[in-house]
Amino acid sequence: MNSEELLNISKDKFNFANNSDNLHDKELVTKPISYFRDAWNRFKRNQASIVATVIIAILFLFSIFGSLMTPYKVSYKDTYFRGTLPKIGLSEKLGIDFYDGCQDKSYKLETFTHLYAMGMENKHYAVKNNEYEEVKVSVDGEDTIYFNFRLDTYQMNGSVFKLFNKTEYLALQAYQNETGIQVIFPMTEYDYRPVNDRENANYWYKTSNAKGKPVISKNADGTYDFSSLQNIYLSYSDGYDNYNSLRIEGDTPLYDYAEIRQNGQYKCRVNYYEYYIYYHTRIAKDGITKPMFYFGTQFESGRDVFTCLASGARFSFLLAIVVAVVNLIVGAIYGAIEGYYGGKIDLLMERFVEILSAIPFMIVITLLKYHMKDSSHILILFISFFLTGWIGMAGRTRMQFYRFKNQEYVLAARTLGAKDRRIMFKHIFPNSLGTLITGSVLVIPSVIFSETSLSYLGIINLATGNLTSVGTLLSQGQSYLTSYPHMIIPPALFISLLMLSFNLFGNGLRDAFNPSLRGSEEG
Amino acid sequence: MYMFKYVLKRLGLMIMTFCIIVVICFVLIKLLPITINVPIGEDAAKLEAQFEARGYYDPIPVQFIRYLKRIFLEGDFGIGTQIAEYRFRNVWDVFVEKLPPTVLINVYSSLIAIPIGIILGIFAALKKNKWQDHVISTGVMIFISVPSFVYAFLVQYIFCFKLDWFPLTMKSGFEYFTWDMFKSMMPAVISMSFGSIAGYARGTRAELTEVLTSEYMLLARTKGLTKRQATVRHALRNAMVPIFPSIVGEFVAVLSGSLIIEKIFSIPGVGGLYLAAINAQDYDFFMLLSEFYILVGLAAAIVIDLSYGFIDPRIRMGAK
Repeated sequence: MNSEELLNISKDKFNFANNSDNLHDKELVTKPISYFRDAWNRFKRNQASIVATVIIAILFLFSIFGSLMTPYKVSYKDTYFRGTLPKIGLSEKLGIDFYDGCQDKSYKLETFTHLYAMGMENKHYAVKNNEYEEVKVSVDGEDTIYFNFRLDTYQMNGSVFKLFNKTEYLALQAYQNETGIQVIFPMTEYDYRPVNDRENANYWYKTSNAKGKPVISKNADGTYDFSSLQNIYLSYSDGYDNYNSLRIEGDTPLYDYAEIRQNGQYKCRVNYYEYYIYYHTRIAKDGITKPMFYFGTQFESGRDVFTCLASGARFSFLLAIVVAVVNLIVGAIYGAIEGYYGGKIDLLMERFVEILSAIPFMIVITLLKYHMKDSSHILILFISFFLTGWIGMAGRTRMQFYRFKNQEYVLAARTLGAKDRRIMFKHIFPNSLGTLITGSVLVIPSVIFSETSLSYLGIINLATGNLTSVGTLLSQGQSYLTSYPHMIIPPALFISLLMLSFNLFGNGLRDAFNPSLRGSEEG
Repeated sequence: MYMFKYVLKRLGLMIMTFCIIVVICFVLIKLLPITINVPIGEDAAKLEAQFEARGYYDPIPVQFIRYLKRIFLEGDFGIGTQIAEYRFRNVWDVFVEKLPPTVLINVYSSLIAIPIGIILGIFAALKKNKWQDHVISTGVMIFISVPSFVYAFLVQYIFCFKLDWFPLTMKSGFEYFTWDMFKSMMPAVISMSFGSIAGYARGTRAELTEVLTSEYMLLARTKGLTKRQATVRHALRNAMVPIFPSIVGEFVAVLSGSLIIEKIFSIPGVGGLYLAAINAQDYDFFMLLSEFYILVGLAAAIVIDLSYGFIDPRIRMGAK
């Protein structure tokens, strides 16, 4: 019978197999549920996984949009604002003592006066709200006065000396006249500044020894009277300071607002907080309106922890997703070949995998690092994750293929003449998709964890220019754990939350795709 | 006989894998250009002559054969060349010196983690789906997920800094069994045991709940055992089958330690030495430590695998 005849079989040659009206099979009235729909229905019921998914989504969004939420960049540095504590605008508005960039401190007279006097001069209070408590502590019969207060880390720089050329100096004066905000404060008498701390711009008051003990009198009730501090301002002598702008109260006779250097530069005392605002809004124009660090700043360089974390997280996610996808593809193909053909091919390929997987990851990455000295660490990281990462996926695929390849539907497909490749990828592969998806999702946290560990240990250094990594942040934070614990909290919290929610999410996925495995702990 | 053959086969495969990896590492290391860090007060030419005399400039196969010869005939794994502290010292001696802190910390943490973990697991399994179980399971989930270095930071900050119970880092010196030394090791031990406790608790709970619902438990009850007797005599023993090998494996893996924990608490152990070797590119150290880590990894796997057969007569190793 040729094909021509097959197409033209006459109708009367067909007759019904079952011609009675009573069909016992009922037509399916329910809608068919697709594989993914079914999995989703099961996944939905697992509350912990849903919460975990939300957390992962938040962390992911943070990593993408985090750096847009602040004007700072990873490359931003400001050593004046280093080790600054976290602060959000809301605390400032509500006036609460939480998350306000302040910390409780207790200092002796010298240090306290130094901080308190800043606010007296420029109304930027390093002592929060100008509130303090004077207490007497007796140790071995010796009384020491301590001042308890909340130190505003955003204001503790007070004034600094800055050098300007004439244009800059005039521009700054114009800014003062325009906004009415005083940035420049009168210069102080060099000889009156404490000998041990001559270049500190914050001594505008008279001190009595080399360490900066203030000349101060006491009130009738025995407390210190800070209004009795005497200034050491340089008085206006030659009229060459070119100053024609805001002056401080009680400026009679006129004080000197700049010291003119021999090279024509002006040395000024500026309030750093206001100068920072002026510099970033008028000169750098980088979108920074005032210092406000949501997670504080780092101690070594004054980088913004929030921006660094967001950027590190983004890199981690990106790397992990790329690695997961590449591993899925390579591992699935390798495992499919192993599992489908079995026998000698399987044995050989399995030996290869066994050897490869016995090499500790640390050795792989170190050897790569030695051999690829000139390439970027990102590339090294990616290659080493790829070199050993696909093994797990290959093993999983191989197992699935062993499970499915002898089932009837595969036999049916083969009988119908399907080629090997078709059976592998059209028939068996979709059935093992659930396990493989779960597996490759769980690659993401493990890659992020390894990357964090490696950069923490300093084996991989991603902290170059515009990039940093969570591990680097952790390692920097750990060096200042005791004095600046705020530096380590955000990255540690990030990695912990990420690991936890990915574990829960993975459990949920596994239960959703393989309901028969529910409750067993092996992925 | 099955067992014996299987053990031999596994050992043979392990040795083969080990040799292949070592050869790969050796070749890859020797392909790198030799860098000489000349310390102050040393003559570069003299150092180079020393390298020459040790045969660092010979063809790689020749070097490899000499390397093996030295190891097997003289026990000589090379000398330190780059790390300032261990320059010209025998690599093996330095390694042996660094081993005790690493091993001690891991042994202590296992000693803490194993009983606590198993007891928590048993308790959770017996109280399955009651609040005690939920509390333990939640805790386990948290402790197993959060990386150990995060605990290390917390332990260091709270116990060492705020409460001042322990020193911030490990005490230096070689008297490992004094009270002070023990105390200074504690933060690292505690940080390491959190994860293991959670791991053991989870494993024990999963096994025991499965065993408790099996039919022989019902039989044990039917023949008149109390619930307690049945649990202790039948369920626990069977539940330990998969747990025990992991304990054995853990004791092999104690040798490798944790790089991060060692770094955080400045433990003068193998991990620190390995990091120093990597950063200073000291190839003899790197080779020895790599061999060590590969061997520990392979040995742990094989011990876990074999101990199943010894513990549980139902599992016939290598049987088809």
